[in-house]
Order: sequence, then structure tokens, then C-alpha cells
Amino acid sequence: MSERAELLLGIADDELVLGWRDSEWTGIAPFLEEDVAFSSIAQNEIGHARALYELAAQELGTTADELAFDRQPEEYRCCRLVELRLPDWEHTIARHWLYEEADAARLERLKASDDPEVAGLAEKIDREEVYHRMHAQMWFDRLKDEPRFVAAVDELRPLIDVRDGHSPELTELWEQMTEVRRSQPAGTTW
Amino acid sequence: MIYEVFRQERKGQAFQHAGSIEAPDEQFAEWYAREQYGRRGESTALWIAPREALHPIEDFVDELNRNYHRVDGYPLKEKLKEARERASRAAAGDR
Amino acid sequence: MGQREDEFLEYVQSGGQIEVDDWMPGEYRARLRKFIEMHGNSELMGVLPEREWILRAPTLQRKLALTAKVQDEVGHAQLIYRVVEDLGKPREQCLDDLISGKSKFHNVFHYPTKTWGDVGVIAWLVDAAAIISQKALLKCSYAPYARIMKKICWEESFHILHGRDVVLTLMLGTEDQRELVQEALNRWWGPLMQFHGNPIPPEDDSMFVWRIKSQGNDAARQQFLDGYVPQIWELGLTVPDPELRKDEETGRWHYTEPDWDELMHVVTGHGPKTADRLDLRRAARENSAWVRSVLLAA
Repeated sequence: MSERAELLLGIADDELVLGWRDSEWTGIAPFLEEDVAFSSIAQNEIGHARALYELAAQELGTTADELAFDRQPEEYRCCRLVELRLPDWEHTIARHWLYEEADAARLERLKASDDPEVAGLAEKIDREEVYHRMHAQMWFDRLKDEPRFVAAVDELRPLIDVRDGHSPELTELWEQMTEVRRSQPAGTTW
Repeated sequence: MIYEVFRQERKGQAFQHAGSIEAPDEQFAEWYAREQYGRRGESTALWIAPREALHPIEDFVDELNRNYHRVDGYPLKEKLKEARERASRAAAGDR
Repeated sequence: MGQREDEFLEYVQSGGQIEVDDWMPGEYRARLRKFIEMHGNSELMGVLPEREWILRAPTLQRKLALTAKVQDEVGHAQLIYRVVEDLGKPREQCLDDLISGKSKFHNVFHYPTKTWGDVGVIAWLVDAAAIISQKALLKCSYAPYARIMKKICWEESFHILHGRDVVLTLMLGTEDQRELVQEALNRWWGPLMQFHGNPIPPEDDSMFVWRIKSQGNDAARQQFLDGYVPQIWELGLTVPDPELRKDEETGRWHYTEPDWDELMHVVTGHGPKTADRLDLRRAARENSAWVRSVLLAA
């Protein structure tokens, strides 16, 4: 696989898995207005993943859906941070804030890429991420004095750059994600 | 806090009341209004205002029926009918 | 009823609408609030059966559409509870009453979703039944409720498209996929036939008398059957009711009488998934109570 495809898949997997995790809040967020807002963020992340997969898929002769669903868990390149199932708001917002910060730096590098397709897509994605960063910062400012939030940030911060191997939580997520799809032969339309 | 939300559907159109949202402060209100009333691109702009900031006015006193600046002050239909009849009678008399 | 009540009744029955600060009879306010609160509860509880499939959606497009649909329903609950709040009952109290089982929610949200076929059938047919009920609220005598219904009906129309697309795709797929749809239809048909309520004559239905809704229960069910049974049949699906047929002379559909005892049993909190779903709501609310208190204290 080319370096470009590897780069695209790494970012796409981060966005996909984070979007999938964030979507676990749809319907049960701390209050109704936030539910609507956070669900849009989850949808955006998955939209970004799809666009990145599409770019990689052209090169690899496959499709975005096949890249998103039809690989084995160990083939995903996402970082440890996005895999975790975090069923409380303090960890969710801590991850959101940490991820957005790291993602912003990564997007800046991509926007400067020599590859016009990669740079162009990074521009588009960043225009949505601006809002995610505002949202993350707004929450950070409100929760920064809460001990449980501070602890969650400290706990999760080291996981951003961990990309060697996966936690069992990714396998669990993968099993759920692909459950319906695996129930029929490969190539079935859904 | 309750914030009232007004939305403009297309550029150039008037803003219309869309509904309201609850938010702890203006920054959250901005977010939640954006999501609740604009996530499908159905609005070109939103106005949000704390409910307390709106001053409803509902009393429009007109004790003496000042109808001269309203359409109903000028009931032309009857007069027009009468005038037309008169004109046709006059025309018939001339012959 | 006093003269003021009589005048109010006459006003709403001739198409008049009122605003939040206008005078309204006590009985009207109480019934209106209860009705709207149950609608809000239903949107919020309606999130849960489909939410279970957000993590299992089989393509990126389906994932996005289903997440957006559930998001819309949360948004509808938000809009509707705001209307209830302006009628004097705070949202927190609505949620307390919902979780404690004191207030009700719609029958269809008390049932389990077993397969991806359910996701399609719910989005298509349950939302179709819901949009018929909600369109009958567009002219509601209580104007703030009628106004939000425009946005709600508009968003529901996307859900029906999504549902129909899921169903059509499955029907064009493998034998197993077609079977998923037929099984889901078999499961949901009973609850769907109960959806619009027992056939009380509109003139005895206080919701109609006060013009909170503009159509009686039976008329809504007939409209549902008329609109959707042909669409179900044309896909080669079988509706699990041997009595179902349209009388071409009268234009009315005949069907096996829905199980009204089951409806009553389910909506009073004894459905197969009632307890689980309320537990989930309760746990989610307790789990994030601290977030609300931090924000409110700021």
C-alpha cells in the first residue's frame, strides 16, 4: 500500500471510530439540546471518514464501505484514544477536546500537502472541524474546574499517540459495527 | 434560560419566529439554535434573544374607530355600484 | 359549561387558534398539556428502539441516515417539551413523570427491535402512521403546538424516505433480506393497527371536540391503510390479516379488529420492553445529572 493510502486510512479510521463512539450518545446525552448538537458532530466525523476512504478507495480499487466495514479489527489504524467505550460525559468531552486539538495540528499539515486532492479535502474537513473545536472548547471552559473532568483529561491524554495494537474494545465495537453486514454474503447490498 | 429563535429561510426574506430553546448561556444557545434550526441548511440566518429581552406589545387602542387610515374606512364597493348605475341611467336619459 | 367556555368552544370549532397567554378553559389546558406531554414522551422514548441499531448500521450512508433520524426525534422531543413547559409543566418534571411511569408514551415504542428489517419497517410504516397523526395537528387550536408541527412533519418526511429505501433495498436483495422485511411487518402490524387508537366517534373524542386534533382515530387509520397497504402489497409483502380488504363501494378498509386490550395493557406500562427502556432513560439521566448542575450553576 502506498504511503498516501496509509496516511488516508489512518485518519479515516480515527474519524470513523470516533464518530461511531460519539454516536452512542445520540438519544441519551445529558440534555436534549446537547443531544442534537453532539449527534451532528458524530455525523460529521463519519462524513469525514467516508470522504477520506473514498480518496483511498480510488487508489486501492475498492469502496469506502468496504474499507470501513470489511477489514479485520487488527487492520484498522486508529489510535487507542478513539476506540474506548466511554459511557460518561467527563471522559467523552475530555476525549473530544484532546482529539480536536490533535486533529487540528494534523489538518494543518495536510492542508500544506503537495497532493492537491489531499490538501483540498483537508480544507473542507477543517471548515467543519472549526465548529467542533469551538464546541469542545466551550465545554472545556465549563468543566475545567471539575475534578472528574481534570482526571479524565489526564487519564486519556497519553492515548492520543498510541497506535501499536488495539484494545479489546475495538474488537467489540467492530463486532457490533459489522454484525448486520456479516450476516449476509460479502457484496450484499444494504 | 430560554432563548427565542427567529429564522430566515432565504436571503432577503423576513425573519420569522421558529421556536425556542433552553441553554445555560448565550454561547450554548448559539450552538443549540444552529443545530435545532439550521442543521439541514433550512435557514440562511438565525436571530436568538433571551426571552426576557423581548417586549410583547398587544394593546392597540382605537376607542374612536379611527378608520380613515385603514382599508375598511373606505367602503368603495357600494359607492362604485351606485355611481355606475347612475352613469348608465344618465346615458339612457341622453338618448 | 359557562358562557366563556361556550364561546371558547365555538371559537376553536370554527377554526380559531389561541396563543400561550390567551385565556383557555381549565379542562382544555389540562387535556392539551397531557396530550402534548405524551407526544413529547413518545418522541423521546421512540429514540430508544432505533438507537440500538445506530451501532449496527451496515453501510456508512445508512449509519448517517439512522443517526440523523434519531437525532431528529430528540429534536422533536425538545420542541414539544418547550411547548409543554410554556403551558406550565417544567421539562424536568415531565422527565420525572416519564421515568416513574406516571405519564404515558405511545404503544409502538414499548416493543423490541429484533433485526435490521425492523429498522426499515419502523422508519417507513411507524413514521407514516405518525405523520398522519401529526398532520392532524397542523391546524391545532393551540397555535404554538401547530407551528412546531410544521417542522416536525417536514423532518418526518425524510424518515419515511429513509425507511422506504431501506425496505426496497432489502426486498431487492437476498432471500434472507426479504424474509427480514416480512418478519418485521408481521411483528409490527398489530401495533400499527392499534397506533391511531380505538375507534371512538370524533364527537365523543375530547381531543377532536376541542380541535386539538382535526381528525378522529378511525379516519386516521383508514388514511394509513389507504396510503400504505397498496405500497406494501406492490412489493410482494403479505399483510398478516386475512380480513384486510378495501370495499370499493364505500372506499373503506375492512380489517380484523385490533386488540384493544393489548393496547391498553402496553400503554399502561406493561409492554415487552417498557421496563428496560425506562431503566435506560433513568440510568442515562442519573449518569449525567452532575453535568446539568454544573452548567446551571455557572
